[in-house]
Amino acid sequence: MTRKRRRRKRRSNNPSSIQRRLIPCYIFLIIVSFFSVFPIFWMVTAATNSTVDIARGRIWFGNQALVNFKALIEAASSQGAGTSLGGFLKNSFVYAITQTLLCIFLCSLAGYGFELYHDKLKDKLFGVLLMAMMVPQVATLIPLFTMMSKLGFLNTIAGFMLPAISTPFMIMMFRQNSRNFPVDILEAARIDGLREGSIFFRMFMPIMKSTYAAAAVITFMNAWNAYMWPRAVMTKNSSQTMQILLTNLSNGYVVDYGLLMMAVLFCSAPTMIIFFVMQKQFAEGITGAVK
Amino acid sequence: MSSNINKPSVVRKKQLRAGWLFLTPASILIFIMSFYPMIMAFITSLKTGSGAKLKWGDPLFVNYFKNIPADATFLRSMGNTFLYLIIEVPIMLVFAILLAQILNNKDIKFRGLFRTMVFMPCAVSLVSYSLIFRSLFAREGLINSVLSGLGLISENINWLGTTGTARAVIIIGLIWRWTGYNMVFYLAGLQNIEYSVYEAAKIDGSSGWNTFWYITVPLLKPVIVMTAIMSINGTLQLFDESVNLTNGGPANTSITMSHYIWNEAFGQGVGHFGYASAMSFIIFILVAILAAINLKVGDTRD
Repeated sequence: MTRKRRRRKRRSNNPSSIQRRLIPCYIFLIIVSFFSVFPIFWMVTAATNSTVDIARGRIWFGNQALVNFKALIEAASSQGAGTSLGGFLKNSFVYAITQTLLCIFLCSLAGYGFELYHDKLKDKLFGVLLMAMMVPQVATLIPLFTMMSKLGFLNTIAGFMLPAISTPFMIMMFRQNSRNFPVDILEAARIDGLREGSIFFRMFMPIMKSTYAAAAVITFMNAWNAYMWPRAVMTKNSSQTMQILLTNLSNGYVVDYGLLMMAVLFCSAPTMIIFFVMQKQFAEGITGAVK
Repeated sequence: MSSNINKPSVVRKKQLRAGWLFLTPASILIFIMSFYPMIMAFITSLKTGSGAKLKWGDPLFVNYFKNIPADATFLRSMGNTFLYLIIEVPIMLVFAILLAQILNNKDIKFRGLFRTMVFMPCAVSLVSYSLIFRSLFAREGLINSVLSGLGLISENINWLGTTGTARAVIIIGLIWRWTGYNMVFYLAGLQNIEYSVYEAAKIDGSSGWNTFWYITVPLLKPVIVMTAIMSINGTLQLFDESVNLTNGGPANTSITMSHYIWNEAFGQGVGHFGYASAMSFIIFILVAILAAINLKVGDTRD
């Protein structure tokens, strides 16, 4: 509303001259947008072309999609005992969805606890937890690998997600967003005799739906795209994810680019769909912890 | 009545105790999955040898003071990582801030469409985009086809097989993948700036550039510091791109620190766990130092 009014007010001065002055901005935007989108577009078209056509520089859709798809199924099945494209996809989906659900549950509990029950000691603990953000992933790799193999968690979903279901970033996101949670409701619920746990489940969760959506999108993306840790903990081919399949497919001496781009397309389709459907939540998820 | 005086604080205490139940599971997990491994990594970093035959370093800090300074590949990987950092982060952040500034202008048409397109690379995983760039810059790839089609080159350039260009491709890839991501932060930051601030500047006769430099940038400073810390942290830990885009090549000249550490720990038949841990502690120290510098720089705003 106010936006429209403002625009009218400014335009009434000289609408066409404003647009004319913005021409360099438009040119810059068009160039940047082209370079941003082109590699993705090229990946999609390359998935429908043969390697020969790709090498010739063809950038439009071809008719080799089915051939590449069949080659991909073949290549995925020959990764090791019990592997298949469906298996890799299933692993990625199961790991990512489970990790997402557990992560947003645990971190929202913690964020809620840190914000609405805060006292000196809890604030201090929160400050300590934030330091985990500085811990480089590669440094924890060897100890975590040792830990998981002692627990018998190699090649299991537990091994995949245990290091990732509680992150300082997500706790901070829920903590920051809990500031918008009306304290009156909390007091009213307590007077009505609701226990602290029920307040969380019956009041906090429904009211914070949009925060949960943003957190879920960002966690799913991270889990789906996880690479270094899964590569370490999933030693068996049949437990590996799409990301690792991609690496393995690209490692041959002769690379079939049509097949490879078909695999990239399969690997990117779920995140692309989420991006287009839930772009707002995705953006909120990225910036969620820094309000 | 008198017995009730203490009651509110008793209730409050009970509530505060309930709070611990909420935050304990996640906190314990962070301690077990981040802090404990970090301590273990430090202990391991004092050992030498490989695989199951690790033994204490003699002297204890031999990895830090003797082995690391003598390891030309590690020093090169550190140089590479800093090269990526120094070139990529400023270019990317300037692009991101410019784009955010333009897309925040309410006179620009199709703002939503432009924003979606610039943001789109974030929807592709790091492995995926590395492979896309690797294919585009392959010897028989599209970039060479276009360049030779335009008559700019007479024979195909071996982008990923030459040290300088391989490093450049990694930097181009990083800028491509992360500019839109950082732009989102700046857009969010710009939306928090009151429009009236700009109107006032306009009335006072401030030019567009002056408004940007003396009003927008200072108000965005906290966001700029934060994106800088995140980018530095991310670049120091660069792994997926080095593995999948150039595979560290040619001959380890474009390799990053994390990639080299991985190779030393998990590479075929190596298993230098102690040495790898020591190198990963160098990353930790660098991250901490650079984050501290950034926070210090960001703190001078008042």
